[in-house]
Amino acid sequence: MQVHSWGRFPKTDSKIVRPQSLAQVQELLAAHQQLEPSGLIARGCGRSYGDSALASTLVCTGLLDHFISFDEDKAEVKCAAGVSLSSLLEHFVPRGFFLPVVPGTRFVSLGGAIASDVHGKNHHIDGSFGAHVKELSLLLANGELISCSPTHNADLFHATCGGMGLTGIIVDATISLKPISSSCIEQRSFKAQNLSEIFALFDEYKDASYSVAWLDCLAKNEHLGRSILYIGEHAERGALDAIKRSKLPIPIDAPSFMLNRYTMGAFNKLYFHKPIKEGSKQIIGLQPFFFPLDSIESWNRLYGKNGFVQYQFLVPTDAAKDAIEKVLNTTRNAGKGSFLSVLKKFGPANKNWLSFPKPGYTIALDFKWEPSLEAVLRELDAIIIDHGGRLYLTKDARMSEQMFKAGYENWNKFVQLRQETGADKVFNSLQSRRLGL
Amino acid sequence: MQNILIIGANSAIAKACARHYAAAACHLYLLGRDKRKLEIQEGDLSVRGAKKVDLAVLDSDSLDEQQSALEQAKKTLGVIDLVLICHGVLPDQQRCENDFSYALQQFHTNTTSTLSLLNLLAPMMSEQGKGTIAVITSVAGDRGRQSNYYYGASKGAVSIFIQGLRGKLFSKGISVIDIKPGFVDTPMTNEIEKGGPLWSTPERVAQSITKGIDKGKPCIYAPGYWRYILLVVRLVPEFIFKRLKL
Repeated sequence: MQVHSWGRFPKTDSKIVRPQSLAQVQELLAAHQQLEPSGLIARGCGRSYGDSALASTLVCTGLLDHFISFDEDKAEVKCAAGVSLSSLLEHFVPRGFFLPVVPGTRFVSLGGAIASDVHGKNHHIDGSFGAHVKELSLLLANGELISCSPTHNADLFHATCGGMGLTGIIVDATISLKPISSSCIEQRSFKAQNLSEIFALFDEYKDASYSVAWLDCLAKNEHLGRSILYIGEHAERGALDAIKRSKLPIPIDAPSFMLNRYTMGAFNKLYFHKPIKEGSKQIIGLQPFFFPLDSIESWNRLYGKNGFVQYQFLVPTDAAKDAIEKVLNTTRNAGKGSFLSVLKKFGPANKNWLSFPKPGYTIALDFKWEPSLEAVLRELDAIIIDHGGRLYLTKDARMSEQMFKAGYENWNKFVQLRQETGADKVFNSLQSRRLGL
Repeated sequence: MQNILIIGANSAIAKACARHYAAAACHLYLLGRDKRKLEIQEGDLSVRGAKKVDLAVLDSDSLDEQQSALEQAKKTLGVIDLVLICHGVLPDQQRCENDFSYALQQFHTNTTSTLSLLNLLAPMMSEQGKGTIAVITSVAGDRGRQSNYYYGASKGAVSIFIQGLRGKLFSKGISVIDIKPGFVDTPMTNEIEKGGPLWSTPERVAQSITKGIDKGKPCIYAPGYWRYILLVVRLVPEFIFKRLKL
């Protein structure tokens, strides 16, 4: 069956299995080792963008979606890896708990959130998802189920959080939740006319619980990097309402010519100039603050049938201005643009071997996939490497092995652990093969 | 709905319904074949807010074991507000045509065991004088189609039985509900190529089911649009229908 992930690029033929129990996963693994030397990888909701959850055999965890236990005093929940963050939120928000870290969509599985070590708008304060995982059970290549945590089998734990499913299959995990007294967010927004201004705003509001900026990637010269910073705090008062389910579907692929530099330029301009009351408090719900795009089902289809690539890079703080200017100039000059470009300042790095975040700025740019794109992305790659940056594996569909190894200093250690546990013989994705993992 | 008995509780649709009732703080009693899977659900439903979850192993195919299993459930729950019968199989049509003993086994699971359960539940529920019996059949039971008439007949027989039982138990204050899901993406339909607008998820189907049960509808199509599809399917004249490779 033909499968793709969220970016709808690349597409590949895979065999899909949907185990209903741990025993079935174990059987499958044993059978796989005897029959097929080709790759197998766990897949949750298929929300990574590129080829990290693509392989010849996909173990879809959607049916392993049960809660196991909840300790209200400690605010810790244990669930199977196939549970989606959406169902966790659906259940726990009305009971006064929020997830400690959420990515830009709630439609990801718990296992996927750990394997990608996802980050959110609170990275500068709370770190990434893995920081809130107390313990996880990992099914190794030999079929053994092993429990790991930051203190127990720590190497395996730090390789697995952010490890893109390449150390084994995450079966279940215990995570801590964040008590909230309302499902409302107090949001404030600020406009910045250029990069220096937005950097200054991020520093000024470094103590805000949540912060993220939308960036006009097509603005140039003195307006280069103009953006709107959004900061948010959980409100003290207000109801604890479940996130609404209603979604606007996009049932067909949009004709890809609809996204061109003129429509994107117009959109970006309008968005930047929308009237906002700078700095004044606005009360909004969890969905519009954390998951604005979730209200449009399959927004990925807007990029047409060939799909798109999300290019998310980070560069260290001191190199950020120079690097980002170069990146934005390069894409604009090449006639490529992105509807939604997101800018965020990260906090400290963690101990996970392949986790993306480290101190600096990250930008995510969406590009419609077309053959002429690759040359432009190579230029961007060179800028990122030059400035000591790297790309986010969860979004990646095309970076070179050399670029990966330049950005992720722990790759060697990771490869070694894979060899020691036999994971390299079983767990392989198109991405892991491409990156020499 | 406070006390709910689910038979065939490990089925995907049963699971999705159980989660709905757990969130409404009901007391659930689960009957199913695989004890380990029932135990996993017990944990899941408890976290989701169930007042209490009890479970027992029952293979509905073993007709002799049904009576005691139902009695035990009744004893534990006290009053049973709702019985949901969910077990079933999707037979391979081709194999049924070639191997009638296989076909009989499928009929035993889908039809005989269900009728037997209903036969035992009828007096039990009548005695309480209130409550609902809901049975999952299928849209396939509405009209025989050449591609899967074994499955269709096995489910259609239950639907006819239910129509009769509904009348019989009406005066006792018991409602009997026929639930007819369309195409649902579950382990039962694993072998079928999926995609297209008619395929639905167990969660979506459970939404229709629980809503329909709350409203006391006698026949629930899940999701609801199947009612209109089947209306059209039933209206096609036979001289045309027999020529359709459906």
